[in-house]
Amino acid sequence: MNTPEASTRTLVIERKLSHPASKVWRALTQGALMEEWLMKNDFQPVAGHRFSFRAEPNPHWNGIIECQVLAVEPNQRLSYSWGSLGLESTVTFTLTPVEGGVLLRMEQSGFRPDQEQAYQGAKYGWKRFIDGLERVVGKLT
Amino acid sequence: MDLQANPDELFKALSDPTRRALFERLSREGELTVHRLTERSGVSQPAVSKHLGQLREAGLVRDRRAGRETHYSARPQALAPLLDWMKSYATFWNDRLDRLENLLDRMDQ
Repeated sequence: MNTPEASTRTLVIERKLSHPASKVWRALTQGALMEEWLMKNDFQPVAGHRFSFRAEPNPHWNGIIECQVLAVEPNQRLSYSWGSLGLESTVTFTLTPVEGGVLLRMEQSGFRPDQEQAYQGAKYGWKRFIDGLERVVGKLT
Repeated sequence: MDLQANPDELFKALSDPTRRALFERLSREGELTVHRLTERSGVSQPAVSKHLGQLREAGLVRDRRAGRETHYSARPQALAPLLDWMKSYATFWNDRLDRLENLLDRMDQ
């Protein structure tokens, strides 16, 4: 199953995997396994741990993604911040048992500039802007 | 990793809440003068002009001189790199999840 659902502020991809949750969890949280499907990393499954993913750099990008572990609920939910190119988002994996395996949901949300922290409480937040983006973009076509 | 688009300049222009507010207002209300834009912005006219200049540099607004007034209007199409960049993640994650499935098939229970 393959359900990409892209919007301007949240990306959701769901896949049904014919494997037990514990096995999928290992692939999501063991550094060596993560490298095989995702990227080189120094991940530790510990909330608060700061780590980075490293991809091949290109002329527009240094290939580094700065992350921090936000939530670790074994076999159920893993969440980390994901910062690159001056934008920060949150990546969350959720595992839900289904017949014959597990449903993996990958959600990347809250695309916003790193500097947003400086504007906490600002009357005109980035989130509100992003919320309005779809309406603005709707006028383009 | 296919994240070629570099919307840095766009993000920088939009990283300021006053500039976002100005851009949003122009998107909503159409062409406005600096004078009108200043009225409800809570900042001085020189500050508004400076912000508009930065938005213009990023291609987000265009200006038009008419007599003593400068009129500004939004160019929402300039947001395209931002949207492209976000959408490129859909391709990225689909590709990575294919690899995850492949890895799971090879792993022991």
